[in-house]
Amino acid sequence: MKKDIVLAGVGGQGILSIAASIGLAAIEAGLHIKQSEVHGMSQRGGDVQANLRLSDKEIASDLIPGGKADLIISIEPMESLRYLPFLSQGGWLVTNTQPYDNIKDYPDINLILEEIRAVSNHILIDAGKLALETGSKKSANMVILGAAAPFLGLDYTLLEKAVATLFRSKGNEVVEANIKALQKGKDFTGEYLKN
Amino acid sequence: MQKLMLLGDEAIAQGAIDAGLSGIYAYPGTPSTEIMEYIINNREAGESNVRSGWSANEKTAMESALGMSYAGKRALVCMKHVGLNVAADPFINAAMTGANGGLIVVSADDPSMHSSQNEQDSRFYGKYAMIPILEPSNQQESYDMMHYGFDISEEYGVPVMLRIPTRLAHSRSGVSRRPRRPQNDLHTPADLSQFILLPANARRRYKGLLLQQPRHVHLSESSSFNALLPGEDKSLGIIACGIALNYLNENFPEGKPPFPTLKIGQYPLPRNLVKQLFDTCKEIMVLEDGYPFVEEILTGFFGTYRNIRGRLDGTLPRDGELNPNIVAAALGHEVSAGMPVPDIVRPRPPKLCAGCPHIYSYNALNEALNTYSKGRVFSDIGCYTLGALEPFTAINTCVDMGASITMAKGAADAGLVPAVAVIGDSTFTHSGITGLLDAVNDNSPITVIILDNATVAMTGGQTSAATGKIEDICEGVGVAKEHIIVMNPHPKHHEENMEIMKNEISYPGVSVIIPRRECIQTAARRIKTLKKTEESAK
Repeated sequence: MKKDIVLAGVGGQGILSIAASIGLAAIEAGLHIKQSEVHGMSQRGGDVQANLRLSDKEIASDLIPGGKADLIISIEPMESLRYLPFLSQGGWLVTNTQPYDNIKDYPDINLILEEIRAVSNHILIDAGKLALETGSKKSANMVILGAAAPFLGLDYTLLEKAVATLFRSKGNEVVEANIKALQKGKDFTGEYLKN
Repeated sequence: MQKLMLLGDEAIAQGAIDAGLSGIYAYPGTPSTEIMEYIINNREAGESNVRSGWSANEKTAMESALGMSYAGKRALVCMKHVGLNVAADPFINAAMTGANGGLIVVSADDPSMHSSQNEQDSRFYGKYAMIPILEPSNQQESYDMMHYGFDISEEYGVPVMLRIPTRLAHSRSGVSRRPRRPQNDLHTPADLSQFILLPANARRRYKGLLLQQPRHVHLSESSSFNALLPGEDKSLGIIACGIALNYLNENFPEGKPPFPTLKIGQYPLPRNLVKQLFDTCKEIMVLEDGYPFVEEILTGFFGTYRNIRGRLDGTLPRDGELNPNIVAAALGHEVSAGMPVPDIVRPRPPKLCAGCPHIYSYNALNEALNTYSKGRVFSDIGCYTLGALEPFTAINTCVDMGASITMAKGAADAGLVPAVAVIGDSTFTHSGITGLLDAVNDNSPITVIILDNATVAMTGGQTSAATGKIEDICEGVGVAKEHIIVMNPHPKHHEENMEIMKNEISYPGVSVIIPRRECIQTAARRIKTLKKTEESAK
């Protein structure tokens, strides 16, 4: 088993909470992990990414080679496209559709969605909207993680457990909302794959 | 014990705690910051009274660590690569005094300049100081090298350098801990003149350091962090330093290259191991993240060995960090790639946060300067360096910590009057105070704007040594009281702030303006914590 994942977003959007959830689940599954993160200057509203590598064998590089990522998970649609050079043939791109417009020349969102649809394996999900349905706008990241769950090669209950562990200090209500959000995302992808 | 998921930085921190650390000193700097942060927040370190907390700059940190080593205890000092320039004086001289308690200097390099002004390679400093250098290839080694580093530091009486690049410092993986060992007891050096570098002593110490060099090489030969890994295909021998080994292994099934590979995790270079590789392989390829440090040593001035491939002969790029694809290309492998980035994707550079007080300082400054020709603003290292970008384009320089004030002074001396310096609160206490003193002593016509957001913002909001002290420092250095002006950089005070700046800029002596408002990131965190405490008190 080997999964190479690029996590993408804008500094401050919280890609590391997604990484931490997957990481915790992978530890429970007894896998090797390497997770390369971005700290420092780019965190100030710039483009950020993390490389997350899971394997049942030892992992050499902290960075994923070009064209070898099994999955891109992105909190922002334009950012998901920035890492296409890393996506393998047959790899999946899972991204939020809600743009984060903090630059003066942000492209037409329809053109961006068109480019994403040109990737053969993609999941486009309005995570903010689905998160609102669970009653917690803040759990959008967990909706996206849920949408990516079927491609992670991890037991879903391990992922639920990881999310619960991650949010435990914030109280039961927050844990429940995030588990619900995770499920929403997972169901969305389930429906999509049926069609 | 279950493995801990640690960043390379955190593995260093945990390793040091478990190796009997008594104190850590540091100034924040990407990618080294998380080492100190981990120890500040670590319960076990707190319970066993491990000294932690931020220093004013890397030089004071290095000296404090040396003092702790003098007193017989294990000390760790951490900085980013350019911080070692600031600490260079005590660093080089610490090799002369030697260590008493174990002393490890961590320098975190930033090849590709993710968050830095240059990509200098700290290994040159280690060689310059003539001390052993450790370079981990993964998180576990980062942890293990703390035990080992303190051991050899104490056994050989030398400081030890550990060099870590961004990609390891900021990458997480599983790390196994060892049982914690106790701290050293307080004990002053057996020879109480050891640390007195008067010329007569210094000459003696230097001879001792020189005599010790073959022992450092011998240590490298037997170090478990250096290894000659066998390979069938002798057409090529590879020297892989630190994390370069991972990029090499990534390119072969099961992570095993067919070529004999010399893994380097400790310097000086192990002469016998290198010779064995040279004697058995036709060509040599050197993979190192940073400058061609090893390659240059091996190639020699006349390029005597013409069969060495690396960054110098163009097999690998001369600059920038390595990655699996760059190494694949060097090996002649086909380089894997996905789809190209679509043309519509726009760059998204970092920027000042919405509501950041610096925005309003720059708006006022730009307007206050609009009657003068452009190119008068000398700035410094911090979030406010982003004032160089659109829509502000408010600053003209960013060189090193503290250079804003002294460069403004030099430009004013040359006749560029008025000249303005823009510096952050923490950068000011790091390296700005002495420059301000120079300006006061010369009565230079400069205006120094100290942006006080009460934190070290760029590195994530660490405590600033300047908080609550700036006016007193400026007055103490000799700035006239009526030319030390505090303002609130808020849009509702724009006109008033702009007028003050205009007046002070036209004043033909040293004036200091302090726009003061808390960083919005730290403010948000503070309010969140406050709410949490209130809720739990209910």
